[in-house]
Amino acid sequence: MRLVLRDHEPRWVAPGAVAIAVLLTVALTAIPIRLAGANPPAAFQRYLVTPLTSTSGIYEVLLTATPLLFTGIAVALAFRVGYWNIGAEGQFLAGAIGTTAVGIGIPDLPAAVALPLGFVAGAVGGLVWATLPAWLKRHAGIDEVVTTLLLNPVALLLVQGLLNGPWRNSSSGFTDSDRLGHGYDLPALIPGTRVHWGFGVALVVVAITWVVLGSTATGVRIKAAGQAPQAASFSGIRVGMLRWRCALVSGAIAGLGGSAQVMGVQHQLTAGISNNYGYTGVIVAALAGLSAIGVLLVAGLLGDISVGAQNVSLVLQVPTQLGEIFGALLLVMVLSMMTWRTYRVRWRSTR
Amino acid sequence: MSVSPLLLELTGVTKRFGGLTANDNVSMSVAPGEVVAMLGENGAGKSTLMKIIYGLVRPDEGTIRVAGEILDISSPRDAMAAGIGMVTQEFSLVETMTVTENVALSSVGFGRVNVRDVRRQVFAAMERVGVSIEPERLISTLSIGERQRVEIVKALFHDCRVLILDEPTAVLTPQDVGALFAAIARLRATGLGVLFVSHKLREVAEISDRVVVLRRGKLVGDRVTADIGPEALAGLMMGTSESNDSPTAATAVGLPVTDGPVAAAPVAAPHAAEPASQPVLVVSEVTLLRRGRAVLDRVSLTVHTGEIVGIAGISGNGQTDLMDVLAGTTLPDSGTIEVDGADLTRSDVATRLRAGLGRLTEDRRGGVIPQMSVEYNLVIEDLAFFTRRGLLDKAAIRTHAESMIERFDIRARPHDAMATLSGGNVQKVLLARALARGPRVLIVAQPTRGLDIGAYRYVHTQLQHLRSSGAGVLVISEDLDELHGLCDRIAVLFRGQVVGDLATSAATSERLGIMMTGEV
Amino acid sequence: MSLNLLALVTAMLTVATPLVWAGIGEVIVERTGILNLGIEGTMYAGAFVGFLTAYRTGSPWLGLIAAILSGVLAGLVMGFLTVTLGLNQHVSGLGLTLLLIAASEFTFRLLYAGERPILEHKFNVFFPDVQVLDQHWLTYVAFLVLAPLAWWTMQFTGVGNRLHAVGENFEASEVAGISVTRTRYAALMVGGALMAIGGAFLTLAVLGNFTLDIINGRGWVCIALVIFARWRIWPAVFGALIFAATDALQLQLAITSTFSSIPRELMLALPYLAVIAALAVWGRKVHYPSSYLKAYRRG
Repeated sequence: MRLVLRDHEPRWVAPGAVAIAVLLTVALTAIPIRLAGANPPAAFQRYLVTPLTSTSGIYEVLLTATPLLFTGIAVALAFRVGYWNIGAEGQFLAGAIGTTAVGIGIPDLPAAVALPLGFVAGAVGGLVWATLPAWLKRHAGIDEVVTTLLLNPVALLLVQGLLNGPWRNSSSGFTDSDRLGHGYDLPALIPGTRVHWGFGVALVVVAITWVVLGSTATGVRIKAAGQAPQAASFSGIRVGMLRWRCALVSGAIAGLGGSAQVMGVQHQLTAGISNNYGYTGVIVAALAGLSAIGVLLVAGLLGDISVGAQNVSLVLQVPTQLGEIFGALLLVMVLSMMTWRTYRVRWRSTR
Repeated sequence: MSVSPLLLELTGVTKRFGGLTANDNVSMSVAPGEVVAMLGENGAGKSTLMKIIYGLVRPDEGTIRVAGEILDISSPRDAMAAGIGMVTQEFSLVETMTVTENVALSSVGFGRVNVRDVRRQVFAAMERVGVSIEPERLISTLSIGERQRVEIVKALFHDCRVLILDEPTAVLTPQDVGALFAAIARLRATGLGVLFVSHKLREVAEISDRVVVLRRGKLVGDRVTADIGPEALAGLMMGTSESNDSPTAATAVGLPVTDGPVAAAPVAAPHAAEPASQPVLVVSEVTLLRRGRAVLDRVSLTVHTGEIVGIAGISGNGQTDLMDVLAGTTLPDSGTIEVDGADLTRSDVATRLRAGLGRLTEDRRGGVIPQMSVEYNLVIEDLAFFTRRGLLDKAAIRTHAESMIERFDIRARPHDAMATLSGGNVQKVLLARALARGPRVLIVAQPTRGLDIGAYRYVHTQLQHLRSSGAGVLVISEDLDELHGLCDRIAVLFRGQVVGDLATSAATSERLGIMMTGEV
Repeated sequence: MSLNLLALVTAMLTVATPLVWAGIGEVIVERTGILNLGIEGTMYAGAFVGFLTAYRTGSPWLGLIAAILSGVLAGLVMGFLTVTLGLNQHVSGLGLTLLLIAASEFTFRLLYAGERPILEHKFNVFFPDVQVLDQHWLTYVAFLVLAPLAWWTMQFTGVGNRLHAVGENFEASEVAGISVTRTRYAALMVGGALMAIGGAFLTLAVLGNFTLDIINGRGWVCIALVIFARWRIWPAVFGALIFAATDALQLQLAITSTFSSIPRELMLALPYLAVIAALAVWGRKVHYPSSYLKAYRRG
């Protein structure tokens, strides 16, 4: 099998590619569903459709998508500039730690001060966590993939260490932190639901990213630095400096995600505060084609699947990991099918 | 009477890349002991045809016969087994391996390597070709000429009946070219067939028995070399309507440009700098060290307003480093660079652009962002200028692009991705970008490499206009004929040093050739 | 502070074993210019498939064979994505890792939710009464057979030359008749098998059971080790031993009185931090294989 460069791309190829990818993913995930003893069409119905059929379902989807919006944007921004930030997971946790630190350290603040402080602490936490790998890359040329990756388990250990030690819950003795001061509770965005203002902040972040990438000089420079770093630097763009800054901003955004999760959902720090959001952020960013709007859509999709997975697990006894399988498989399928846009497939020619 | 079979025979070979037909129904042959030259402008399809013969590219139609048998060559391995050897333009050597390892790479199996046997075989092959290089040296330590000789040994390492040389003289000194031709003569006497790809008419006339001419993918001529003169060949290469047009056209195909009267012809007229001109670019004692070696050694030169200065030299003698240092992508270890009296030695790229220093590097595709559109590539060095209240003024960018496209005859639309443009159009975009800022001094490297005749002339005209408008131009080029046709003065770069600085009329090819090899 | 040196060395060799198996696998792959971030998932899949097969059949040997097959398959998939389709290697590798981990966890939950299955028969150690030497056969093989064999192959055979050539210059390789595609696929499959063995070692030899965080980032550590070793075998083995030593050390230090006040988590984090520090000191100006992260496209 060989790939041959296309001379032009018929209009139907891109949507066709996505459609085939989705179909293949659905077909392949039907296998584990069957193995779990469930009926695939019924399961898919529950996965994809059911969450969207009720308003409470939709709110759940928005809630679940919120952390993915943050990590998705964080990763998309970094990848765009050519900085392979695989450490969004650790940066998310670091943000949660930062927010918890002020939330239980200065608990008696009114909401008007507490909430911004909480977010700032979260952004700072994420930024700090992103600094070491970014510094090593900028000044020693050390590959950021490894350094950002390795700091993820370290971040988790830090969370666990804090929860087992100084931040252990003073009343229950369990390994979660004290509840944050009430000023730090993110109010509901949509009254009566669990959708909190963190979602609103996420939307703002998405919008700002969209504007910056699409309509500012910095956005053009970021894209140039990621696509063709040598040509960009030839044209006067300081690629190293740009990557450094974007790496830090990326960390800060991921940290904001942790912050929102603590202040909006759990109101305390727990070891399970991140459900793989950082790694899933990579899937979101890649599927979104690194675009801000794409992140919005894909985070929504994965949120939908995640909510659906909970439902399916309860009702059909299919383990929740199926949602993750679906996500990872979808990523692989979409990426593979996307090559079809640039290349035609030629099977062994009969010569 | 039996005729010895043709070593290589192509019939009806066709290859398309997307919408571009690189080779269109090409048929040709090489007989034993024959040197066949393949002539054509850059972009005529010669390289693609060579890659097809060598199995790096598969043709869409047509057959290849070796010694009479039809072969399906689907990889270099097949080509080698059939007795075809090739020396490529971009040397395919592994830098971190030794000469021996590289030469023997094609016969490496999977098992234990018998180092002594291999070394013996490599020695023997080197002797056959007349090459003497330390076999345990790493390729990364060899000069360009030495690397090419290793390439030839490599090609002949296994039983080779046909040797293909793809533009072999592009990186050689005139003396090296002589040595290469002597080697080819020796090999031809043993019955080897040689296919020699070039765009230089003089060499073709000197070395080949037959010549085939490609133009825009089609074979337009197949003659015995002795029977056809250079002007007719040039006509075939360029299409008869464009031959003998002007010295610039002739220089494009390597026809000799005589000094004297021709030099006074209007289009290519060099002239002494105006009396009232002042220095606009002053490079003073610039030295650049890489890994302890001085790749630029106390380089000093001056370009005045209204003057075009050329820098000649074989590639690899510091040209790229000189461009890097002037453009600002590398900082020199000592020395100064001044534009209009302002010291830019340590300034970053953006500052240099603002000071009026424009540049066009030789790696033109490396100067543009391929996935970005033409309009954004045009403004990428001036984004601040197109920003209003923090946001880009997209309408202004579009208008600017449209006016540049019009002014510089760029065959593309503003939103087309750069990657879809031809080499000539990419160069026009780069030129437009550099010239639109009205630079005080423009530095260009290999400005017309790979361009067709129209684009070639266009670039030269633009540079001459720039000179007339009072700016200074520095042209770094390996093409002596181009430098003759364009420059007022020519200097030579050899091993990082400026070894001569002559007025064009005094800079004959022989004198330049001597300076280029360091035998001043 | 008393350290039981022999116990330390014993633990060090055991902990290093999966790193040596997987690390050598990654060296082989990265030599051809592919960054295989699927290593974490491949180790995981090897651990799980090995465990599952051994549990069902009662034989750790069958488990090992199944693990090897899963590693080869993972390598094939990675090859399809990065070699045939030429996709971005970072995303392909991560996607594969996430997929393999999710699939393994899914299957484990499905079959054994709530249970704690333990292998009846796992690999035993040789010389159980002698300290340091009471290692599993997989450990012996790793240090005494695999590493020397891999080193010798890379240095002195045609296979090593081919890997080197493909990793440095696609065109030179193709012109010499070495197929970039086939070499990369072969490297990925062999490498995948070795990575899977590294993972299976944990379930089939050391623990005898399967937990959800069984690999815990060891795959990422291997990635770091390979860079730190400049893609050579013996430095990678050495690096594995150093990492394993810090890991074994923190276990010992935790139970001695002077260090017991230091939180366990910090100790657990030490090895990772040590790798980052090592990279900071020795990871500069590394000459990456010239084909690193590049896809090969032919006309």
